Amino acid sequence: MSEKIRVLLAKPGLDGHDRGIKVIATAFRDAGFEVIYTGLRQTPEMIVNAAIQEDVDAVGVSILSGAHMTLFPAIKRLLVDRKAGHIILFGGGIIPEEDVKALEAQGIDKLFTPGATTEETVAFVRKAVAGRKDNEKIM
Amino acid sequence: MFEKKFLEDLKNRKADWDRQAEKLRATKSRPKFITVSGEEIKELYTPEDIAGLDYEQKIGWPGVYPYTRGVHHTMYRSRYWTMRQFSGMGTPRQTNERYHYLLKNGQTGLSVAFDLPTLMGYDSDHTRSLGEVGKCGVAVDSLADMEIIFDGINLGEVSTSMTINAPASVLLAMYLGVAEKQGVPFNKLRGTLQNDILKEYIAQKEWIYPPEPSIRLITDMMAFCTEHVPQWNTISISGYHIREAGSTAAQELAFTLADGFCYIEAAIKDGQDVDAFAPRLSFFFNAHQDFFEEIAKYRAARRIFARRMKEKYKAKQERSWLLRFHTQTAGCSLTAQQPENNIMRTAFEGLSAVLGGTQSLHTNSMDETLALPSEKAVLIALRTQQIIAHETGVTNTIDPLAGSYFVEALTDKMEADAEAYLDEIEKRGGVLKGIEDGYFQREIANAAYRYQREIERKERIIVGINDYIMDDEKIDIPILKIDETVEKDQCAFVKKVRAGRDNDKVKRTLEELVTAAKGKGNTLAAMLECVRVYATEGEICDALKPVFGEYVEPPII
Repeated sequence: MSEKIRVLLAKPGLDGHDRGIKVIATAFRDAGFEVIYTGLRQTPEMIVNAAIQEDVDAVGVSILSGAHMTLFPAIKRLLVDRKAGHIILFGGGIIPEEDVKALEAQGIDKLFTPGATTEETVAFVRKAVAGRKDNEKIM
Repeated sequence: MFEKKFLEDLKNRKADWDRQAEKLRATKSRPKFITVSGEEIKELYTPEDIAGLDYEQKIGWPGVYPYTRGVHHTMYRSRYWTMRQFSGMGTPRQTNERYHYLLKNGQTGLSVAFDLPTLMGYDSDHTRSLGEVGKCGVAVDSLADMEIIFDGINLGEVSTSMTINAPASVLLAMYLGVAEKQGVPFNKLRGTLQNDILKEYIAQKEWIYPPEPSIRLITDMMAFCTEHVPQWNTISISGYHIREAGSTAAQELAFTLADGFCYIEAAIKDGQDVDAFAPRLSFFFNAHQDFFEEIAKYRAARRIFARRMKEKYKAKQERSWLLRFHTQTAGCSLTAQQPENNIMRTAFEGLSAVLGGTQSLHTNSMDETLALPSEKAVLIALRTQQIIAHETGVTNTIDPLAGSYFVEALTDKMEADAEAYLDEIEKRGGVLKGIEDGYFQREIANAAYRYQREIERKERIIVGINDYIMDDEKIDIPILKIDETVEKDQCAFVKKVRAGRDNDKVKRTLEELVTAAKGKGNTLAAMLECVRVYATEGEICDALKPVFGEYVEPPII
């Protein structure tokens, strides 16, 4: 498998705190991923459109504004509606533990909270994408 | 600063000491001795490091040019800094209750945190506001909300800081509207608007219009306040967000000063007299974890600013040379793990701000990596300041670290590093060109990545993050939750306001605002007319979009 994993990184909502997503973007790039960064102020529709057009393996979303309970489920719902539910959806931000559990129960693959390392984030996506591709082969 | 003979003897004795120390250097408590900004620190500082320092020129006297030791002659012996907790959440009523709580507990100034829709110029019922109403701060749509926020608080007696940038004029107009309702004359009002749009493009990213019309809004406000609101600090030129976005201390200092000089040049170009507006410019810095580096930053900031104001911009009044600043402890230094430890981090950071001569201070609450502060957390944060002021003894004397070989050498280094950045920015064509080219954004992102890598490589230990980790940790502090009903209530309230006002008047005042914006009219004066008849923030900001355009940032990584 020499093909690069493609990951879309996105900032939804009005939140402008982009330190985290930029650090993550650089870490993914350094780890050999193909990184597409949407920039700020994306609606869930814009993010899902970009994910489908760019044919990505994973979408990473950063939210530090507290709007995570609205935005993550909206993105997940749109991915499923657009037959792109196989795309790994992960994220990070200021998200209380109980909200992490609730969101992961709604199908968000993984949420990282303050203190998570870039290495574990990269490792997660690598493994999740590989796992999904294996599944597809079996099917 | 020292006799030649003394320095020669010192060199010899230092060589002796160095030989003895050499044997012990193989053992190291950490791999690198660097500041938070990655600057290498020497093992020892001696009189040699400040041998060339001229006391009168570089250090001098408090309240006297170049103000390295502070902007007042007597500093905290006359008056403590203003203890000002940045605060706002949910509905205007909830925020009003929090303000009464803080004032009752000895806070000496107010500082309003607005939610993201308000910061971006959207009303609460706009589709873009979905999920964000009241989350990061208080939701404000019209004068009716501001009346509630300041209910029972006499605006003639309190000083208020408002963290608002792109729509700053609109919120100031609303504040003026509340003052009118309370019968407080404008010249009695004291406070500060953040109103620093340049750092929005560089770091915080809450903009509406492109840079040039945004600066026009600012120069209009400066002119209006010079005439009508003379005690109001019109801009708080902010390094805080630049640092939070990941910059080094020297970058924070240099980029902030560069922004400040950009506003000053714009106002001078607008025909305003530098001595008429400069005394009401103030600054806002971050207090990060590296204690001495931060102190050096504040001391260097005063020196650079005073020199440029006097020599480059030819300000004649001493008040124009003073760099007065607010400080907030570093949110980005706090950890979600073992959050109680953040109380200690904040205390050290607050102490550095005080030793650096701050005019006002916000100390973060321990729970801010998890949510907006609970009442318990914010009270501990406020008490931290009161303990610094009353118990530690650091306020007994002015600038107690002056003359320290290390602190003076570090202050000089900070000044030189910032000056080098200022030259670089000028060479690149100035601040606006730097923003357009993504220069600042890239410099900051690179520094942020380097810092993260240092943590991941364990070159930098953060307690609870990459060492001293507690397995199965349970968060054991109360966490404030903003109820989802806030958004619904606020949307219903703004609809009620729109239904109950004279919509012909709203339409007319908005048209007059557009006319002022297209021509040379003062936009703040025109906005005051709009808010008086309860035009909403979103309506006012939208009215100007066809005239000014909207800013879109190219994604820079």
